[in-house]
Amino acid sequence: MTDPVISVEGLRKSYDDFEAVRGIDLEVGAGEIFAFLGPNGAGKTTTVEILEGYRVRSAGEVAVLGIDPQHADRAWRNRVGFVLQESRLVPELTPREAVEQYAGYYSSPRDIDETVNLVGLSEKANARTSTLSGGQRRRLDVALALIGDPALLFLDEPTTGFDPSARRQAWDVIGGLRDLGKTVFLTTHYMDEAQALADRVAIISAGRIVATGSPEDVGGDREARTEISFRLPAGVRSPDLPEPVRAVARIDAGAVSMTAEDPVPVLRDLTVWASERGVGLPDLQVRRPSLEDVYLELTRQTDGAGEGTG
Amino acid sequence: MSGAALVLHQFRFDQKIFWRNPAAVFFTALLPLIFLFILASVFNDADISTLDVKGATYYVPAILTLAVISATTVKLATNLPAEREAGQLKRVRGTPLPPAAFVAGRVGNSLVITLIMVVLVSVIGALVYGVTIPTETLPALLVTLAVGAFSFSCLGFALAAVIPTEDAAPAVTNATVLPLYFLSGVFIPEDELPNGILAFADVFPIRHFFEALFTAWDPHTTGAGFEWGHLAVVAAWGLAGLVVAVRFFRWEPR
Repeated sequence: MTDPVISVEGLRKSYDDFEAVRGIDLEVGAGEIFAFLGPNGAGKTTTVEILEGYRVRSAGEVAVLGIDPQHADRAWRNRVGFVLQESRLVPELTPREAVEQYAGYYSSPRDIDETVNLVGLSEKANARTSTLSGGQRRRLDVALALIGDPALLFLDEPTTGFDPSARRQAWDVIGGLRDLGKTVFLTTHYMDEAQALADRVAIISAGRIVATGSPEDVGGDREARTEISFRLPAGVRSPDLPEPVRAVARIDAGAVSMTAEDPVPVLRDLTVWASERGVGLPDLQVRRPSLEDVYLELTRQTDGAGEGTG
Repeated sequence: MSGAALVLHQFRFDQKIFWRNPAAVFFTALLPLIFLFILASVFNDADISTLDVKGATYYVPAILTLAVISATTVKLATNLPAEREAGQLKRVRGTPLPPAAFVAGRVGNSLVITLIMVVLVSVIGALVYGVTIPTETLPALLVTLAVGAFSFSCLGFALAAVIPTEDAAPAVTNATVLPLYFLSGVFIPEDELPNGILAFADVFPIRHFFEALFTAWDPHTTGAGFEWGHLAVVAAWGLAGLVVAVRFFRWEPR
C-alpha cells in the first residue's frame, strides 16, 4: 500500500483555555474523496486549517503529502490546492484572467481554457467575476484551486448557502475531480453532500471524531435500529398492551414509540394483539433513521461542550 | 517562472486591476490633478513671499508629494486590509507565489503609477502654468522620487499591517495623511504657516519629501539640488515602516 496522502495522529489544538480539537486521528489515501463532517464550532475548520498549513497545532503528528504543513515550502504548495471557506474574487478580472493569474504561480499548471471549461464557466469566461452568481463564483474558486494541477485539494464548505441546483452543479464538478485522480479533503455540514460525493467520511463533534467509515458504514449499524410508533386506540390504556411491547415502549399522552433492533417480532406481537381485540393502530409508522438522523444524533450527544471557535 | 518573471506577472495583473477600478483611478490619478488645477490656478500669481517663487512653481512639487503618497501609502494601506478581510491574501498565500514577489509586484505597481503622475504633473505644470521642468536637478529629482516611493510604500505596508479591518482602512489612512498635508505646506503655502507648525511637521516624512521635491523645481537652486538631510529622514521613516510591516503584516483575516 502506498503512503497515505494525509495522516493525523493525536492532533490537538487549544485557544487560550478552550480546546477546539481534542486528540483526533485521520488517514486519507491517494485518490480518495474524504468528507469531514461536523456542525459549526465542532473543530472542523481548525483541523482543516492545520492541515492546510495556516494554523499551528498544540500537539500531535500531522503529515500532508509527506510533509508537516507547519513547514510548508513552495514545492509543497505546488502540489496542494485550496478552496477556502471565504475568499472573494477580484471583481475587476474575468474568470479566464483570474485562472491565468493563478496559473502563473505554479510550475506545471493545467491548460487554462480546459480548466475554465471543466468547472462549467466557458460561457462566462470573459465576463467580470462581479457578474457571476454565487454558484459560479464557487466553481471559479475550484478552478483556481485546480489550475496548478495539485495532487491534493482542500474544499472547505464548498456549497454552504447554495440553492439546490447550484449545489448539484458544484457536486458534478467535485465528482469530476475523482476522474482526474485527485485526492479531495472536503469539509461540509451537510450529510447528503458527503453521501453524494465521498468514499469515506469522518464525523467530528466537540473536537473528537465520533464516527468514521464509508457513508454506508457510518449510517449502517445505526440504521439497523428501527423506530416504531402509533397512537393508543380509543378505549385502550397502556397496561392493556401486550407484555413484550409494554417492556420497551415509551408512552407520552397516548403516543407510543419504541426502538427495536429487530422490528419483526415486535410488529407481530402488536398486530396479533390488535386483531384479537378488534382495534386498529392509528398513525402506525415503521421507519429506519436516515443518515441525516444518524448525523444529528451523533453530533447532538456531545453538544454543549463544542461551542466556540470552529 | 523565475523570481523576476513572477514579479512581472504579478505586476501585470496589479496594473490591469488598477486601471479597471474607476474609484481607484479617480482617487489616485485624477484627484491630485484636480487639486493641481485648483491650487495652481488660484495661487498662480500670488508670490510665496518667503521662498520668492510664484504659486504655481510651489504647487507643482506640492501636488507631486500628494500624488506619490496617494499612489503608495494611501493605495496600499486602503487596498491590503480590504483584500485581507476578503480572504484574497490568504488565498494567494496558499499558492507557491513567494510573498516577496507579491510585495514586489505591488510596489512596482505603485512605482509605475507614481512615474505616470510625475510626468502628468510636470507636463501640466509646464504647459498650463509655465513652470519649467527641472533639467539640472533632474538626477536629484529622480533620486528623491525613488527614495520617496520606496519609503512611502513601506509605510503603506506598515499601516496595512496595523489597521485591523477593511472599514477602518480609509479612515485611519486619511486621518494620518490629510492633516499632515495641511501642516506640511502641501495645501496651504508655507509662508502662511506658523513656524511652530512647520517644526511639528518636520517630525514626519511628508514635509521632508516635499522640501526635497521643491528644491528640484526651485529656480533659486544652485548646483545638483540633492537634499540628503531631508532624504535621510524620509528613508528612516521608510525603514521603520519596513520593520513594522515585516513584524506585523498578516495574510489572514482576523
